[in-house]
This record gives sequence, structure tokens and C-alpha cells, in this order.
Amino acid sequence: MPSLIEFLTLAAILFGLGIAGIILNRKNIIVLLMSLELILLSINTNFVAFSYFLNNVIGQVFVFFVLTVAAAEAAIGLAILVVIYRKRHTIEVQALDALKG
Amino acid sequence: MDQILLYIALATALLPLAGSLIAGLLGKKLGHTLTHRIVVSLVGIAFLLSCYLFKVMVSDGHAAIDGVFYTWATAGVAHFDVAFLLDRLSASMILSVLFVSLMVHIYTIGYMADDPGYLRFFSYVSLFTFSMLILVLADNFLLLFFGWEGVGLVSYLLIGFWFERESAAFSSLKAFLVNRIGDIGFILATAAVFLYFNTLNYHTVFQQVHMITSHTVHILPGVDVSAITLICVLLFIGAMGKSAQVPLHVWLPDSMEGPTPISALIHAATMVTAGIYMVARMSPLFEFSTTALSMMLVLGATTAFFMGLVAITQNDIKRVIAYSTLSQLGYMAVALGASAYDAAIFHLMTHAFFKALLFLAAGSVIIALHHEQDMRKMGGLVSYLPVTYLTFMVGSLALCAIPPFSGFYSKDTIIDAVRLSTTPGAGYAYYCVLLGAFVTPLYMFRALFMTFHTNERTDFSLRDHIQESPWVVLVPLVLLAIPSLFAGQWLISPFIYANQKLLGDAIFVLPNHNVLNQLAAHYEGAKLMALDAGRTLVFWLSISGIFTAWLFTAKYPNWSVLFKERFHWLYRMLVNKYGFDEFNQTVFVHGTQDAGHLCYEVGDVKLIDGVCVNGSGRFIRWFAQAARLLQSGYIYHYAFAMVLGVALMLVWYVGGF
Repeated sequence: MPSLIEFLTLAAILFGLGIAGIILNRKNIIVLLMSLELILLSINTNFVAFSYFLNNVIGQVFVFFVLTVAAAEAAIGLAILVVIYRKRHTIEVQALDALKG
Repeated sequence: MDQILLYIALATALLPLAGSLIAGLLGKKLGHTLTHRIVVSLVGIAFLLSCYLFKVMVSDGHAAIDGVFYTWATAGVAHFDVAFLLDRLSASMILSVLFVSLMVHIYTIGYMADDPGYLRFFSYVSLFTFSMLILVLADNFLLLFFGWEGVGLVSYLLIGFWFERESAAFSSLKAFLVNRIGDIGFILATAAVFLYFNTLNYHTVFQQVHMITSHTVHILPGVDVSAITLICVLLFIGAMGKSAQVPLHVWLPDSMEGPTPISALIHAATMVTAGIYMVARMSPLFEFSTTALSMMLVLGATTAFFMGLVAITQNDIKRVIAYSTLSQLGYMAVALGASAYDAAIFHLMTHAFFKALLFLAAGSVIIALHHEQDMRKMGGLVSYLPVTYLTFMVGSLALCAIPPFSGFYSKDTIIDAVRLSTTPGAGYAYYCVLLGAFVTPLYMFRALFMTFHTNERTDFSLRDHIQESPWVVLVPLVLLAIPSLFAGQWLISPFIYANQKLLGDAIFVLPNHNVLNQLAAHYEGAKLMALDAGRTLVFWLSISGIFTAWLFTAKYPNWSVLFKERFHWLYRMLVNKYGFDEFNQTVFVHGTQDAGHLCYEVGDVKLIDGVCVNGSGRFIRWFAQAARLLQSGYIYHYAFAMVLGVALMLVWYVGGF
């Protein structure tokens, strides 16, 4: 059985990948959504790891909530993505700068 | 009895105000004739009341009355009252003010008959009289200041009466501004009086004068002035503004832009006499300041002589008389400086009669010539205007101190008083007033000869219908000619030489300043004084002045041309009036304009508009331009900023910096 540190390291790496995916990605919004999922999953890993090592089941219960919310969020995100594509005929992140002042 | 007299004085002051309001507010409804009847009769009633007050206060010798009508404000120990002081001085002053004012009111009916501002003019003239009466009757510095400012304001309105003329608007503004300078002096003096005495009531102040004679004031480093000198000099600066002493005289010749009746009123009985009256009223203060007395002697003498010289070069008949007013005011100031306050007030009253007469007579000439004032276009009017000529002659002789005309008595007394005075500056003053006695007839008879004698230079088109003025114009002339002739003989004994003087204890003179008492030793009655005139230098100076004027204008007119060419520099200097106007124009007017322009360019345009208003706008624009670069609109930039922030916070908290 790996130690807590190893789990936390894995989670941190996943989290870092997710962040990097958000920041570095210039092309596809789908990649953005995937990166978000990756971040959430890294958090879930932490929850589960702590739950196991601290013998507290609440963490695992929480993971279910997070997964549910993540699923809903992914659904909404994909729906928005479809709308954006219909409106602008592109899902390139670089083209989406309507927030510019 | 005292209360009744006080209320009579109040009525005297308020009747002209009522007249002013009626003419100003109801005049259009009442029509010209009814309005001038009402206004003139109100002033007439006021004049009769003032005669009664004069009789009670001066002839019957009633003691001075000081009474409060209304308390304006109370602040701690200080009361500011609307209160009158009725004594010999104020009773005499209101009499002469109202007499001249009544004459001017009657005269105005004829002079202004065709003017569109007829009613406005009546309203102003009455208001002017009211202000002057308040000034004279006040029993404290504050009410005096009220009248003082009222006179200043109405003079502004009257000098600028024909405000559509640019020169009139300019002159009225000039008069107003120059008077403000004097008023600053006066209000500072009032403040100083309040500082030292805690009251503004004359009586209380005069009683306490001896308490502050040793006080000194620290003005500049190393300059200490006694408090009383400071007060008196400031008061005299106020008087200089109103009574047109050098260098604050510049407004007075320009006040000729106003209609002639108002020139008469301003120059004879009101406004310009205010300063002289004020100094005489404050004699218990001035007696303790030799510096202020010397200052009056020197400035008054300078005004008397040098302004008389300017009159010789003037060609506008009203301006000649205006400069003669300046010169005569100089005489009065000299008399004040020599501590001969009675003589100053005496000259003030005789001058009020003959100066009003001269102005109104000049006005009569001006109407006859359809508003021509240039003497070079007059000449030979004696056959057309006999009554005007005679009255003008009486006024001129009185002004030139020819016995037995009134001016002789007052002016001769002043010159003698100055001769005896020991106040520093009296020597200079004596020679100035002596030479002035030669200059006065020179300019006055030059004007008289140019106007009434010599060949006719009037327009041919005018000659057929030059006619003597209507009776409303002539009656005041005749009524003023009578006191111009006789007032001197009647008044000299009671004014100057009686044991119980006409002004009585309203005037205070220190024993060692009392030149009039020294004169009294040689006085043997008015008639003898006139007969003895032939033995005085002044008389022969006057006669030679008249003779010179006749020589240069009537007999050999080309002499004056030669003289002008020979002494061109002198002539230029006099025509330019010593350059006072140019100096003021360059230094004060343009200086102020330049300073204003500088403030506008630097303060307004650069600082306020440039830096504050537009600058803040520009800064916000610049800042926003810089800030909007941060807002790229890309979600990944924002995410990166967030992560960076989180990382920094982590470092902050975990690292424990």
C-alpha cells in the first residue's frame, strides 16, 4: 500500500496538469473542460486518500457529491460549448475574448 | 424738548428719502409735474425744518443732543446704534446741504426737462441728499460710514447717469474705485478706534482720547507710530478720497461727465465736503496728532496750488470749475491742518454757495448753447444771458476772494491762520495758498472772459436762438447769489471771532494750536476787514490775477498763444495734469489688468484648467489605458492570474513572511 505522501503527490501532479492545461491551452475549449475535470479528480484523490488514512468515511461521501457536481458541470459546459459553436463557428479559446475591455 | 428736536432731525433726514422713493417707484404713475412738485416740496420742508434746527441749536444755543433711535446690533459691550448727534456743527451743515440741495432740485426741473431719465434723476438727487444728511447727523463712526458709502454709491450712479456714453461709465467707475481707496482708510480707522476705545460713539471716544495718547502701534519692523496718529492718518486718507486731495483727486474732474445739477451738488454741499466735515468733527482726535495735521497742511496746500494751475489750461467750462473745487478743497484741508477748523467749515459753507452758483450758472450757459461746454466755442454771451452773467460774476468774485464777497472772508481767514500756524509744513502751505490766491482769479476770470466777453465764437446756426434760461433755472441762481454776496459778512463774526463761536464746543482746539484766537486780536469787524483788504498782499494778488486774465484772454489773446509756445513744457505738463491719470492708468489700471491676465494665464488656464480639470481627466484616461492592457479577455490569462495569486498567498501564509 502506497503511503499518504505518494497519494498527495499524485494528486498534486494531476492538479498541476489541470492548471497547466487551462493556462497553456490556446486552441480547444473541450481541453479546458477536460482540465477542469482533471483538477476535480485530483481533489477527489486527496479526499479519498485522507479518508482512508484518517479512517473517516465522510471524505468518501464528499467525493460522490463532487463527482455529481462535476458531471452536471460537464453537461452544462458542453451545452454552452455547443451554443458558442453555433454562434461563433469556432471553439478556439484564442478567439473568445469578448471580455476584453 | 430734546426728543422733539431729535425727531425733527430724523424727519429732516427721511423726507428726502421719501422723495427719492416716490420719484423712483411711483414717478411713472404720478407724471413728471406732480413728481417734481412732491419731491421739491419734501426737500423744501426738510430745508425749513433744518432752518428751525439751526435757529434752536445755533441762535438759541441749545446744548448738543445725542439720541438713539434704534439699536442696530449689540455685541458684548459694543452697541451699534442708529443715533443722531444734533449740535451746532451738524445743524449748520444740514442747513447748507439742504439749501444747496433745494436749489439744485428746483434747477433740475429746468435743466433736465427734456431728459428721458428725468424721474430717475430726481430719485438719485434726493437719495444723495438723504445719504449726506445721515453722514452729517450720525453720532457714531458706523452710521457716518453708512452715509459715507451711500454718498459714494449715489455719486457713482449720478456721474454715470448718462451711462450709454462710454466716458460717463468710465468716469463713474473711476470715481467709485478711487473712493474705495479712501474708504479702506476710513474703515481701518474705524476698526482702530473700536480696538482702542471699545465703542464707536463720538462722545465717548473724544472723552477718552487722553487715555491713548501714549499708546504706540508697531507697524513695520523698526517703525512705531502713536495710535492716535495712525487713526488720524487713516481717517484723513478717507477724507482724501471723498474730499479729493492729491493723490486721490483724480476722480473729481472726471465727475463732470454727470449732468450739471449733480456737479453742483457734489462739488458744493455734499460728497466733497464730507471729508472736510468728518475731519472737523474729529477735531478732538486730530488735535493730538501733529503728524496728521502736517500731512493735511502739505497735501492740502499741494492740492490748492497745483490743481489751480491745471485749471488755467482747461477749455471745458465745467472742468475749470471742477479744478477750482479741487483747489478750494485744498484750502479747506490746509485750514484743518492749521487747526483752524472753524475757518474750514466757514469756507466750506461760503464755498457751497458760490460753487453751486458757479456750476448752475455754467449749466445755464450750457443749456443756452444746446449742451456745448467748450469755452473756445463760446464768447460774447453777455448780451444774450444777462442774468446768468451777473450771477456768474458774483460767483467768480466770491471765489476769487474779492471783498466784500463771501469768499474773501473765509479765504482770507484761512490764509492768515496758516501764516500764524506753527505746525510743521505751515511755511510751505502758506506760500502755496498765497500763490493760489493769484492763480484762482487767473483761471476763473479766464473762463469768465472766454465765455461772456471776447468775440463771438458760437456756431452761426445757434446765434439766432440763444436765449436766457427759464425762471426755474434763474431763481436758484439768484437765490444762491445772495448768500455768495453776503454770507461772509454775516457769518465771519459769529463763525470765527465771537466769544461763543458759531460751532461752539463741537470743535476742539488745543490752546497752543489756536491760531484763530491770535487772529482775533487784530479783528475789528467785518466792514473794516473788507476796507483793510487793500493793505493785504492777498488782495493785490487777486486783483493782479484778474488783470492778468483780462490781459491774456480779452485784451491780447495772442499773448497766451505765445506763452504756450514759449513755455511748451509747462503747458504740456498742465494739460496732462502732471500725469496722474497716465500714471494711474499705467501702474494701477494696466498693472491690475496685467496681474489679472497673469492670474488668468497661469492660475486659471494652466493650473485650474490644465492641471486640475483637464489634468485629472487626462490622468484617468492614461491610467485606464494602462489598466485595460491587463484585461485581455482570455480566460487563461485570468486563470493564470488567479493561480499566481493563490501561489503568492500560499507562500505568504505557509512561508510565514
